Amino acid sequence: MPVFDLSVTPLREFNQALHDIKDGANDTAFEVVNPRGHHSVAVGIDAPVSVEVKGSVGYYCAGMNDGGTVTVHGSAGPGVAENMMSGTVVIEGDASQYAGATGRGGLLVIKGNAASRCGISMKGIDIVVHGSIGHMSAFMAQSGNLVVLGDAGDALGDSLYEARLFVRGSVKSLGADCIEKEMRPEHIEALGALLEKAGVSDAKPEDFKRYGSARTLYTFNIDNADAY
Amino acid sequence: MSYHNPPTPPRKSATFDDATMAEIRRAAATGIYDIRGGGTKRKVPHFDDLLFLGASISRYPLEGYRERCDTSVTLGTRFARKPIKLKIPVTIAGMSFGALSGNAKEALGRGATLSGTSTTTGDGGMTDEERGHSQTLVYQYLPSRYGMNPRDLRRADAIEVVVGQGAKPGGGGMLLGQKISPRVAKMRNLPEGIDQRSACRHPDWTGPDDLEIKINELREITDWEKPIYVKVGGARPYYDTALAVKAGADVVVLDGMQGGTAATQDVFIENVGMPTLACIRPAVQALQDLGMHRKVQLIISGGIRSGADVAKALALGADAVAIGTAALVAIGDNDPRWEEEYRKLGTTAGAYDDWHEGRDPAGITTQDPELASRLDPVIAGRRLANYLKVMTLEAQTIARACGKNHLHNLEPEDLCALTIEASAMAQVPLAGTSWVPGKGGF
Repeated sequence: MPVFDLSVTPLREFNQALHDIKDGANDTAFEVVNPRGHHSVAVGIDAPVSVEVKGSVGYYCAGMNDGGTVTVHGSAGPGVAENMMSGTVVIEGDASQYAGATGRGGLLVIKGNAASRCGISMKGIDIVVHGSIGHMSAFMAQSGNLVVLGDAGDALGDSLYEARLFVRGSVKSLGADCIEKEMRPEHIEALGALLEKAGVSDAKPEDFKRYGSARTLYTFNIDNADAY
Repeated sequence: MSYHNPPTPPRKSATFDDATMAEIRRAAATGIYDIRGGGTKRKVPHFDDLLFLGASISRYPLEGYRERCDTSVTLGTRFARKPIKLKIPVTIAGMSFGALSGNAKEALGRGATLSGTSTTTGDGGMTDEERGHSQTLVYQYLPSRYGMNPRDLRRADAIEVVVGQGAKPGGGGMLLGQKISPRVAKMRNLPEGIDQRSACRHPDWTGPDDLEIKINELREITDWEKPIYVKVGGARPYYDTALAVKAGADVVVLDGMQGGTAATQDVFIENVGMPTLACIRPAVQALQDLGMHRKVQLIISGGIRSGADVAKALALGADAVAIGTAALVAIGDNDPRWEEEYRKLGTTAGAYDDWHEGRDPAGITTQDPELASRLDPVIAGRRLANYLKVMTLEAQTIARACGKNHLHNLEPEDLCALTIEASAMAQVPLAGTSWVPGKGGF
């Protein structure tokens, strides 16, 4: 397994090595040591590689990941797995702002807490947070699932589109056009499958509440002006 | 004795003119602000207020047909491994598939390619047709991130991080339900037919320090190949340019308030942002203060209509310009041939700006298949190429008259201003004087 020590090897070399993986290559497992908060670690992955990062990373770790599996044995800075297309990203610690922003697919698992704007503008990604999330999470979220085992901060799901939000704990406040919705059997089933996929064994889907869009802001209407 | 008041002509208020009163009545009737496309319609100081001096005893001209006047420009020479080389310094500005029909986007790509210049995607992602018909395609990275994906980043020739645009600095996009067709909805991950609101801020960075990290990420994803532009609206051009350079931009795109939009509030278009003319010198000054003029290229847009405008923008220090509205007019927007249909829509050719309603008789700002089919992308592309050729020849004509063998050799000293306002903004002397307001002289 190639090991990249970012205290001595330029980040550029590591990311280029990931991008140079050819179809059918055998050596697809990488390890990164001493990431020391570097930004843009393992961005632009375009192959089914696996990356183990031993330490904490800065901004945009695994940005635009398309098919890779990235595990950070530490915490992640802002924008982890931003715009992910497919694959899996696991953060063993906490994640800063904008985790999973605009993600289009794949699975982001945060084993600690996530800060504000988690899942902002998400477009199909699944995000599972073992801890709690900060304010304005799932702002303008378009599709995908955001699952929170802990609590959610202020203005959850503000100006939401069709993303589905599941929170087990308390929600400090809901944003404009976000409402609590009924947990029907199909939601229980889908959430159960997602929890299992994310390796969550200590939470039952029945313990969650579901939130989604009231769809009252989908068309401009002067009577909704006070909603903003 | 009785006093008889002689008849006087009715006098309308300059403050409450017809348009103002019509807007008050419209607002009272609907309860919602006016939304429209295009840029500002108010008169602002512009390139028309500048003149070239031409050659004289101290400057000799170049022969019009014998001595070469180069028009090429290379963009992205600072960090990108693959800078863009264009034959002409007139590029096509970002306009989305969604706001424009597929045929219109194809026509822009065809026209730009025939002319050896670039075209740009918009707030809606990249289509295969657009990529296929554009030799050089700039891929916009917008707050909404609609359609954003690494595959398109890699197949783009440059990346433009859009912070703002001249029609609405500080505002997000808008695409009303009439234009959210199934294909547009799919590209943007939205339900069909909704009134789409685009974010005004990027979701995962705030401020110049974050922007530097974001640009670095985009470079890492694309292996440092692509030039990275930063586009800003004409708000604080000195600081925005300096901060974009600090953040690592290869190219700064600066869009004045005459720059168009697919749709936004009229009050925004008419009251926020600065005229293009007022933006150029502060931006060039920022580049010069940082020792980056001509190293980080400056693209100016917003109301560029002719080769004279191109030459004036370049003389003030820009490396290239971008056109949007003018390109749409060239391919058929607001053409009098559709006058009968414009009348049915309650407007007239030249004034049609309800682009957001998707009923464009010219088939350009629409997603209606029947209307869109009116625009032949091959013919429209040829028209755009013709227009770009004329602009280039016009700019060369002026440059040769000023004795310049490259458009980039035009300089502020080649210009004078017709008005005090233009003199102050462009920082060239009022015609017939050596006076520049705020700079001394007499």
